[in-house]
Amino acid sequence: MSTPLLSISDLSILLPDGADRRHAVAEVAMKLHAGETVCIVGESGSGKSLTARAIMGLLPAPHVRVGSGVIDFGGEDLTKVDYERLRNIRGSEISMIFQEPMTALNPVMTIGDQIDEIFRFHVSMPPEERQKRALGLLEDVNLPDPPRIMAAYPHELSGGQRQRSMIAMALALGPKILIADEPTTALDVTTQAQILQLIKDMQRRLGTGVLFITHDFGVVADIADRVIVMQEGLIVESGKSTQVLNKPKHKYTKSLIAAIPRLKPRKARKRSKEVVVETSALHKSFGGGRSFFGFGKNAHAIDAVSDVNIELRKGETLGVVGESGSGKSTLARCIIRLIDSDTGMVKLNGVDITSLKRNEMRQHRKFIQMVFQDPFASLNPRSKVGDIISQGPMLQGIEKTKAHQRARELLDVVGLDSKAFDRFPHEFSGGQRQRIGIARALALDPDILVADEPVSALDVSIQAQILGLLDQIRKEMDLSMLFITHDLRVAAQVCDFVAVMQKGHVVEVGATNKLFTQPQHEYTKSLLEAVPGKDWHFA
Amino acid sequence: MPRSSKIFRYVSKRLLQGIPIIIAIIVINFFLLNLAEGDAVDVLAGEAGSATPEYMEQLRKKFGLDQPLPVQLAVYLKNVLVLDLGYSFRHEMAVQDLIFDRFAATALLMTSTIILAVGFGILLGLMAAMRLNTWKDAVITVFALITYATPLFWVGLMMIVVFSLYLGWFPTSGMENVAAFYEGWDRVVDIAHHLVLPTITLSLFYLALYTRMMRASMLEQYGQDYVVTARAKGLTERRITFVHVLRNALLPVVTMAGVQVGALIGGSVIVESVFAWPGLGMLAFESLFARDLNLLLGIFLLSSILVVVVNLVVDIIYCFLDPRIDVE
Repeated sequence: MSTPLLSISDLSILLPDGADRRHAVAEVAMKLHAGETVCIVGESGSGKSLTARAIMGLLPAPHVRVGSGVIDFGGEDLTKVDYERLRNIRGSEISMIFQEPMTALNPVMTIGDQIDEIFRFHVSMPPEERQKRALGLLEDVNLPDPPRIMAAYPHELSGGQRQRSMIAMALALGPKILIADEPTTALDVTTQAQILQLIKDMQRRLGTGVLFITHDFGVVADIADRVIVMQEGLIVESGKSTQVLNKPKHKYTKSLIAAIPRLKPRKARKRSKEVVVETSALHKSFGGGRSFFGFGKNAHAIDAVSDVNIELRKGETLGVVGESGSGKSTLARCIIRLIDSDTGMVKLNGVDITSLKRNEMRQHRKFIQMVFQDPFASLNPRSKVGDIISQGPMLQGIEKTKAHQRARELLDVVGLDSKAFDRFPHEFSGGQRQRIGIARALALDPDILVADEPVSALDVSIQAQILGLLDQIRKEMDLSMLFITHDLRVAAQVCDFVAVMQKGHVVEVGATNKLFTQPQHEYTKSLLEAVPGKDWHFA
Repeated sequence: MPRSSKIFRYVSKRLLQGIPIIIAIIVINFFLLNLAEGDAVDVLAGEAGSATPEYMEQLRKKFGLDQPLPVQLAVYLKNVLVLDLGYSFRHEMAVQDLIFDRFAATALLMTSTIILAVGFGILLGLMAAMRLNTWKDAVITVFALITYATPLFWVGLMMIVVFSLYLGWFPTSGMENVAAFYEGWDRVVDIAHHLVLPTITLSLFYLALYTRMMRASMLEQYGQDYVVTARAKGLTERRITFVHVLRNALLPVVTMAGVQVGALIGGSVIVESVFAWPGLGMLAFESLFARDLNLLLGIFLLSSILVVVVNLVVDIIYCFLDPRIDVE
């Protein structure tokens, strides 16, 4: 084999004194060849991002720094080169793209200016030439109307367009290596598929070596030539992607792969006749600014939910899937009346709740409860866990001692030690907090649970545990569940029925196994087509 | 629609919206001032010594103070529409002439104060952030802390003691040396000379505030993702600081400066008293004790217009600094 572009040996990165471990990463060794894609996979805190940053000399110095090891890039040791040389390499020979293209771009600078900087600081070229090159780059990454994009600010573009601009910027000088740090994690699944395809195409054309950081094995299956699996700062397994994915050796890799939800829809169960939640012609729009003094028509109103008719029957799980902005969260919030819908009906156990007054609504609240996406933001950081759980029942008139007793039982139900009762949310990990969130929702003995992306913020192994817990609770307590998700793998695993939303409309509803095998609507087909790693049938 | 014509529409809309705000301010001020015990006639009579009730009644009738309040308000509003702000019984001058005369002095003081406070605040904050945790940062931070905590009037008095009385570098009070009859450039230099101490006194507090804000804002922006991107692009630290970080860091400082112009008028009352600066602040202070309500109302009206206009100007500056602001 040819000499590698990049060869890392025995790299260790030190954490500041007082951190929970000495090394962020240790004994890391890897190679990257021209035209090759190497994926580093791992859960949060595995050190995958820091490894990538160390290559570029972008560690958050002085707290985190390289302890030992060699990063050999074409004969130079990147841990030893001086600042000027490193600055020259960045952006021209090695470049990088990031997870969140909104924050990774300067919000007050046009895309054109941000691309132009690369040329200005690395090569000497007349302005017209630079302009021409930038336009050409934007065309290469398939952006429509390049002159308009050049003059646009980041907030004027969609997430996918921003990431394409980032890629254009990164590939401006034809770098030998492209480091991609979770570049598609913040994007919708169809956009993700396009961006992955774009990276592949550009790589083929330029012969770039791509180092791709991700937590998603589906993405790995789609693009990787070789895979490196990291756990707590150590490489636990590496090898050809077919080998690692299909015949993992290390038990951590095996457990990670086992935790990925299968894209095989669950078996249909017998359907109850009893309808617990029903919406008819539900409509909600968010207005733009009102005109002068509130006169005149409400301009730029956006229909977040438009003519939605769904029904949830007793004991079943109805999935609502769709991309960001499709209105799925707004629908959930209308159903539990966190926000008021404009027109239409929401029937809860046969009662229309859209017209109820605030105090009338209170007695219905105990039937329907919600689990939120972000386990960090959805718990009050100043309240003890026990109080968070027992507050709901106490508001409904249950005695304090009884409510506390029940809270302790619920902590046990969701798999937490009852000592958690007197602790604060920040003492728990993400998965544990989501368990607290579930216990809080269960405290009122609801009939219906609305779960809004309950596992999207969690690592895959934790995600599997929480999904298992939800399923077990649903069975034991005979709950009906409305499950909002953007992840079709998750939907396939937990839902009996699935409603697909696009731009506020439900475009298709059907039993999960039918919808996954014979999608009717074009949009459903494109969603299924875009699921990463769909062709990978792991053991 | 191009952004410039959007901004034009936005400005005209905001100016229109300013009108009801200013009318509301006039009405509220009018009733607030009338809640206070006593009127101009009481004060005049008290100073004259031996005024009979009949004479006071006559004076009230002459000034229109015997009318019911709503009528007085209606008359005042009607007069404001034709830019007649009434007559100051105290100064025996039309209010508008009096306050426009004094307004120039206050505007001069305020403008120089804002320029000094915002300009140097940004500069010092920038320097402190760039030299984080060095002695320069420490000196700037301690300086900001001390000036932030020092009362305005005390600073003014100390300035006079040190720089006027002890060192004799600057005049103690006033806006110009009237006795010297300077003209042309000589007069400009003379006024500038008088301006130094009041400006420094009034701006120190704000200077400290903006220094601290700018430093914090710069440090916050240094932690943003786009700075990592800029480094990964191979830009120099200079470019990152002055082109990427600086513009983003300015945004909160500009907002704050806009909000504080109103507070500055309040602060100028103290400084104008200490330095005998013939501005609106001092006029307001005098007219309050003379129960010269017409004059006070006029000053309030002018200040409210000033605040509305300055806020608009800040918002327009903001539109150019931050393209994310929607000017619809």
